[in-house]
Amino acid sequence: MSALLSLEGASVSLGERRVLAGADLTVSAGELVGVLGPNGAGKTTLLRAALGLAKLASGRARLSGRDVAGLGPEERARLVAYLPQERRLAWSLAAWRVASLGAVDRPPALARAAALEALARVEMSRLADRGVLEMSGGERARVLLARLLATRAPLLVADEPVAGLDAEAQFHTLDLLREETRAGRAVIVTLHDLTLAARACDRIVVVDKGRIVADGGVPETLTPDCLAEVFGLAGALVETRAGAVLAARRADRPSTEL
Amino acid sequence: MNPAVSSIRLIGGLALLLALLLALGVAFGETQLSLSQYQQAFADPASPPGEVLWGLRAPRVVAAAVVGAALGLAGAVMQGLLRNPLAEPGVLGVSGAAGLGAAVSISAGLAVIPGAVEVAALAGALVAGGLVVIAAARFREPETLILFGVALSAFAGALTALVFNLSPSPITTSEVLTWLMGSVANRDWPDIGWALVPMAAGAGLCAYASRALVMLTLGEETAALSGLPMARMRAAAVAGAALLTGAAVALAGVIGFVGLAAPHTVRWGVGGDPGRVLLPSALAGAGLVVAADLIGRIVPSEVELKLGVLTALFGAPLFALIAWRAARSWRA
Repeated sequence: MSALLSLEGASVSLGERRVLAGADLTVSAGELVGVLGPNGAGKTTLLRAALGLAKLASGRARLSGRDVAGLGPEERARLVAYLPQERRLAWSLAAWRVASLGAVDRPPALARAAALEALARVEMSRLADRGVLEMSGGERARVLLARLLATRAPLLVADEPVAGLDAEAQFHTLDLLREETRAGRAVIVTLHDLTLAARACDRIVVVDKGRIVADGGVPETLTPDCLAEVFGLAGALVETRAGAVLAARRADRPSTEL
Repeated sequence: MNPAVSSIRLIGGLALLLALLLALGVAFGETQLSLSQYQQAFADPASPPGEVLWGLRAPRVVAAAVVGAALGLAGAVMQGLLRNPLAEPGVLGVSGAAGLGAAVSISAGLAVIPGAVEVAALAGALVAGGLVVIAAARFREPETLILFGVALSAFAGALTALVFNLSPSPITTSEVLTWLMGSVANRDWPDIGWALVPMAAGAGLCAYASRALVMLTLGEETAALSGLPMARMRAAAVAGAALLTGAAVALAGVIGFVGLAAPHTVRWGVGGDPGRVLLPSALAGAGLVVAADLIGRIVPSEVELKLGVLTALFGAPLFALIAWRAARSWRA
């Protein structure tokens, strides 16, 4: 099966500083890939490089085998859809209108139908006509997720889709994204909650100081060594009946502190 | 209610209101006519009352409507593009540059050549518009574009002040000042016809860019990956707004506030949609300027009140009222 996304030695510089160095990554249909790493590690830069939003200093980024730099806007939107971390909206569009912006490739009636369907999936049908600026942050996040779900791209990229959501909404969001992978799409998400990542993702990519330092299944990547070196945590993922749970505290700290 | 239906209702209502204002603008003015004179004007357009209605007032009222529509549309486009409720046609420095073009041509004594001042104003707007289009292609962040526009505006303002400074006579200074205050007095049909050419081109570009404005609501990166040709649409929006503003300034001088206020008077009716707000903003802008011009003509005063003065005088309190009521949604 051909990769929906591939990075080969991708590097990105911000002025003199190299914020992504020699990243290799391949993502195929049906995968839910979690990109993890501390703040400022380069997770968003990795995504932006793959999407063609960040200029590569070296290396290549391909979507469905095609160089992302050579894709026209319409072709690129056919291959990938993006949910950025930024949730600020300029105007108070109705929720259904925001969701319908994921379906601009379809006639208005079909776009509206796709939007309403996506809003139902994120459990926001009752607020379909409400302006997004009159909603709570969590409700707005769901509406923006609905826009992502309303697209038809084979690859979905979501930057911190669960940030600021309550626990139930976090699970719900990742469940919805998992459903998408079962339907044959590939999904890449950046996450900060390691427990959530361990339970939801098929594969974990750990980024640290602009480099991919681990890539594989949960047990191979989120090892006690990785937790210590990358995240500064002493501990491990512990299997429970509900799934894996992170049991850790800050490394090099007395056990009385968190 | 279906959003398309409410949008059509809003447009219909605004069109009716504008038609009423146009009719009032033709019917009333400084010269009061008797009923029989109105009858004469309708029966014989070449008669003296007919000349007042159709030769003087009608082109003036239409010029006011055209200028208002152009400014309202340009304002709505700028607010959508810059994602800022405070944006207006002047924010990119285009109207300042158009004013500068006119000021330079008047003080150079070119006002005696028919159309020279208008062409100079439009040329000023196009130069500034070109610079802003280049800046918009280079900087995607609205803040950068706003700062660039502020710099351009300040520079055009300084050069206009320099024109005053170096002005050969107080008469020229007064001419420039009068022009800058804005007026649609003594505009005739050919003037309007000429202005309509760049305005139609500008409106076409804005209509093309309207989908990009909606997408920009979600931010630059989402828009960039939406599948729309954002670079082209952004350039179209800036060029369209520059053409509209330049042509409006060329036809009537600098008329402030309409571009800022018109979109806010109708935004509630389109659910905040920056694409759907374009046409209603044009209609509202037209109505505002026609009404302001009518007030300027019927308020008894020694000197005729300038249109640019009136739009700001009545527009500012109206705008404050709208801003007050809308503050809740902006704060979110």
